[in-house]
Amino acid sequence: MQIGVYMKNPKKTRRSRAKKINRSRRGNMLVFLMLLLLGGFMLLPVVYTIVQAFKPMEELFLFPPRFTVVNPTVKNFKLIGQLINNLWVPFSRYLFNSVFVSVAGTAGNVIIASMAAYPLAKNNFPGKKLLFKIVMVALLFSGGVLGLAQYIIMAKLHMINTYWALILPSVATPMGLFLMKQFMEGISDSLLEAARIDGMKEFGIYWNIVMPNVKPAWLTMIIFAFQGMWAMTGGNFIYKEELKLLPTALAQIQSGGIARAGVSAAANLLMFLPPVAIFLITQSSIMETMAHAGIKE
Amino acid sequence: MKERTRTRLMWAYRVFFPKKAKRTRSLWVEIKMNRQNYLMLAPYFILFTLFTVIPVAVSLVLGFTYFNMLETPSFVGLSNYVSIFLNDEIFKIAVKNTFIFALITGPISYILCFILAWFINDLPKPLRTFMTLVFYAPSLSGNLYLIWQFIFSDDQYGLVNSFLMTFMDLGITKEPVKWFTDEKYIMIALIIVQLWLSLGAGFLALEAGFKTVDTSIYEAGAIDGIRNRFQELVYITLPAMKRQMLFAAVMQISSSFAVGNISVQLCGFPSTNYGGHTIMTHIHDYGTIRYDMGYACALSTLLLMMMLIMNKLITTVLVEKD
Repeated sequence: MQIGVYMKNPKKTRRSRAKKINRSRRGNMLVFLMLLLLGGFMLLPVVYTIVQAFKPMEELFLFPPRFTVVNPTVKNFKLIGQLINNLWVPFSRYLFNSVFVSVAGTAGNVIIASMAAYPLAKNNFPGKKLLFKIVMVALLFSGGVLGLAQYIIMAKLHMINTYWALILPSVATPMGLFLMKQFMEGISDSLLEAARIDGMKEFGIYWNIVMPNVKPAWLTMIIFAFQGMWAMTGGNFIYKEELKLLPTALAQIQSGGIARAGVSAAANLLMFLPPVAIFLITQSSIMETMAHAGIKE
Repeated sequence: MKERTRTRLMWAYRVFFPKKAKRTRSLWVEIKMNRQNYLMLAPYFILFTLFTVIPVAVSLVLGFTYFNMLETPSFVGLSNYVSIFLNDEIFKIAVKNTFIFALITGPISYILCFILAWFINDLPKPLRTFMTLVFYAPSLSGNLYLIWQFIFSDDQYGLVNSFLMTFMDLGITKEPVKWFTDEKYIMIALIIVQLWLSLGAGFLALEAGFKTVDTSIYEAGAIDGIRNRFQELVYITLPAMKRQMLFAAVMQISSSFAVGNISVQLCGFPSTNYGGHTIMTHIHDYGTIRYDMGYACALSTLLLMMMLIMNKLITTVLVEKD
């Protein structure tokens, strides 16, 4: 929270600019050059996608391939509109599935993880340290290492081919709990004590006092949860076409092969926009939250 | 009714473990007092148990069985592990490639995260936001990385190939390089893509870490004779943000162990001569293609153990440095 104040305070900003005592001009040039180079590398695929999306058909197959577009066109985007009418299942269904799963999963993630984070951060009870330690170990199991075993469990619970299979595994993320807990530790105990004296129950304290105070943390969780769920294909857990998600629909559009290069770039570009928008909105909160993301030795 | 069962249980406990009895009662009282806390923890930990703890246990147990999803698993002892280590030639390739990813992209991406966060920290606000987005964009981009198929395309229409062939007439390549299908180049291409994708939560944590350092310490340091940005980094900034650095290290390394999906998407499955084969794709092979779940679970268990050991190593190395 201090950082937010620090940034909004013009006096301090000026001082931080004056502090550049240890910054030589040559060093600055070098830093600038490196950022330009690495930034170029990172941006290249994104820019190339944008360029491809606006290329007319004949430019997509130019030889030698050109990085730039000469006659930009929105034909590719229009073509998406036509192609989505040919899908197995109405496009609106895919869109609904993706939006529903991402929103429900993100909301569930934020609420359930922060509800568990509050007692872990602020209260003392038997088993607290053990529970948090287990979650910290789970933080290491990134990616789909557990995907296979999750599949077996979901098959046993008859969750395959339901929305549950998409939503539930993403709700209890170690990352969400970890970030929330770290951030909540910064809340002053006297605030909570005052609420307790006023007769508030723990859940009331969590919902009415803690949550409004950790807004940056849950905004950060929103972007982490959303970016993962939005890109999810549902792969192993969903076989019913009408429950599949947007990336699957787009894969169908792209399956036309090389001739659909422009369309597929356009589709990927459209998919890219929602997470970017959320990131930009939540950006300053993310910085505030991640400052707390440290592991004690 | 419930109360009675409980008292009976406690009575039995006291009879069998007389020494522990006193502690147990106070523990029970404590648990009861904290009922609200446990209720709040419940939804998370039920789901966490279901989708994280039990899967780990399932991988562990099924690793000792033969299981094809249809019949009940039959216990086969260590035979899965024996065939993994003794008979599975492709597993060796998978381990080699996984370690190449872990030992090359892990550290490089960590250093990249660090350097970029450090550089970005010096920029004025609007530019800093923009650059953060630029570097974090790949993590946000979902399936956008498939564009690398066109950049590293096998024919001369690929950006990299056409660049190599037109601008370097000096005989470097006359033929288009088959980036994703020639086993000599698969790993290079995949490492580049993986590096591009790898600036994630660790990067954001480091960037935030740089911002938390109190600026007045820098001023004090300058008076004490710190001359340039490197001295400032080594003597002031690094000690102040150890925790974020540890977090980022853990995130970067463990994610580089789990590379697999991009290999399947970009090189196809199986990749030429298993050139881009990792443990993750090996699990994918046995689990979702051959339905040999026991074998796949044994592989998962091994990968989990590698991740744990590697992280233990990192944390001890990073912590001991200071």
